[in-house]
Amino acid sequence: MKLKLDKKNFIPFLQSLMDEYDLFAPVQLAEGVSVYKKIDQPEEVDLSIANPQKPAKEIFFPQSETMFRYEKAGKESRITSTEEIKRNRILLGARPCDIQAFSLIDHVFAGKDYTDTYYVNKRKATTIIGMGCDHPLSTCFCSSLNGGPFHREGSDLFLIDLGESYLVELLTEKGMAFQKNKFLEEANEKEISMAKGIEGKATEKVKPSIPVNGIEKKLDQMMESPYWDRVQEKCLGCRVCTYLCPTCHCFDIMDEARTNKGRRVRNWDSCLSSLYSQETSGHNPRPTNRERTRQRLMHKFNYFPRNFDRIACVGCGRCTLYCPAHFDIRQTIKEIQEGSDK
Amino acid sequence: MSNPYFPIPAVVKKALVETSDRMLRTLELRFLKDEDAQAFHFVPGQFCELSLLGKGEAPFGIASSPTENGSLKFTINKAGVVTTALHHIEEGTEVGIRGPLGNGYPIDLFQGKNVLVIGGGFAFTTLRSLVTYFLHPQNRNKVKDITVIYGARTPGLLLYKEELAEWAKRSDIRLVVTVDQGDKDWKGKVGLVPNVLEEAAPAAENTYAVICGPPIMIKFTFPKLMALRFPNERIYTSLEKRMKCGIGKCGRCNIGHLYVCKDGPVFSYAQLEKLPKDY
Repeated sequence: MKLKLDKKNFIPFLQSLMDEYDLFAPVQLAEGVSVYKKIDQPEEVDLSIANPQKPAKEIFFPQSETMFRYEKAGKESRITSTEEIKRNRILLGARPCDIQAFSLIDHVFAGKDYTDTYYVNKRKATTIIGMGCDHPLSTCFCSSLNGGPFHREGSDLFLIDLGESYLVELLTEKGMAFQKNKFLEEANEKEISMAKGIEGKATEKVKPSIPVNGIEKKLDQMMESPYWDRVQEKCLGCRVCTYLCPTCHCFDIMDEARTNKGRRVRNWDSCLSSLYSQETSGHNPRPTNRERTRQRLMHKFNYFPRNFDRIACVGCGRCTLYCPAHFDIRQTIKEIQEGSDK
Repeated sequence: MSNPYFPIPAVVKKALVETSDRMLRTLELRFLKDEDAQAFHFVPGQFCELSLLGKGEAPFGIASSPTENGSLKFTINKAGVVTTALHHIEEGTEVGIRGPLGNGYPIDLFQGKNVLVIGGGFAFTTLRSLVTYFLHPQNRNKVKDITVIYGARTPGLLLYKEELAEWAKRSDIRLVVTVDQGDKDWKGKVGLVPNVLEEAAPAAENTYAVICGPPIMIKFTFPKLMALRFPNERIYTSLEKRMKCGIGKCGRCNIGHLYVCKDGPVFSYAQLEKLPKDY
């Protein structure tokens, strides 16, 4: 079903969402610093940000998250759970790359052996309002990885910016619940065809260009390749690529103690850190950047596909855009595929 | 939906320093709630995350056997923050347990076969679980000959000395204990595990070998097993890597596409041969 939202009604529309849900949307924190965060005032929402710096994974898998709180009394202790989600949520304005990433990390967190209740509870409680990416960046290559700037999979509703208004598509049962929202009106033919034009233009801009097919097999033979020496030469080990990656899901668990009270907390971690795999004995199976950069790329393009039959990259381009050493993952993919095994 | 990150409360029933250097301490834990004890089913070779609130968590192989009802044993090497704290707690202190985690030894495969257990130093913990399991009257018929070769640097560094003495008295297990360097009271064997293995190993035919020890011991023992014609499919070991979640999510303990915490920690050499040398 296709509806539209007049931009004049944007703020009241957001308010109507916030009356029923906790709203999460892109916000500009400072110039050049943009994140998805919980919205307190509808005016904070900024849908004009091309693709926020920090990926939307943070809504389900926060950078730092309390796992439980505890209180000790003598030799005994009491644990208080923090995993329950009390109010349903809306994630508004996420781009198709970040939304596709959810379907990848779902395999990890909702895995068949153990369910990560923190992630899954939030995921289940959330309605996703995706948004057409009408100004893809030069670093974007989502269409090479089964996605696209207007890829709708994973969205319950989908917005397309028409200038004066948004076209609002209701895509799932969760999405259809918004049919009765008083700020949404029926879209006319002209608006629908305008949206098609915008979609066509954006899609034209991000044509499949990066050859990912068969990369898993190529990497099978490359564990001991001298190629990794070249890859690591450029890497500063700053880890920004992993933190800003919508599919990176590694975390550390630690306790924070304050006298007899405290909490267990998990924080994003990165395979590019030397401490990540450093054992207490001092032994480190990945002692240099060579093994660590290899782990990052192997995990995305070989190990993950072996386990879940999908490449753990959505082509959002953040790792390339924000790398201080201008490491371009598209170039790496090409080199691996061309067998630049040197 | 149960939360796999919640520690189940248990209490330290007994604590015992195992070795002369005082670096190894065995904790006997008992669940606080009966229903938790009843719901806990494990096989030898599995591990748990033990947690001390405010200090953190660390993974430890279960040293007791499922046949020893009522409590769980863990032998802890004092090395980092959590292990040091676990060395300092008193009997009666509450400890959290998450588990059992990992796959454990393939005891079903061992049915009707001989079992050769090779251990070194403080890596003997889950091997103790395995041997104790098969020595139980209910399980002794499941396997044929049991041979245990256990070595430590010095007599004082051997774990479970009382039990080793018990096993030595039995006729249904062949126990060879060796030390790299004896002392004035030591009347047993002196020699490195790989060399002792050469003399004491049973025929490879119909035998599974399970080996756990420091990397250097494994490095020199493995070629001896090959020379004795043990096929890779019948040699098992238990690996350690830095771990956090223990359930295949936090990422760090992978070897290739497998996670030591979830797909291991027990692997056959046939499996390891196919994996990158990333451990």
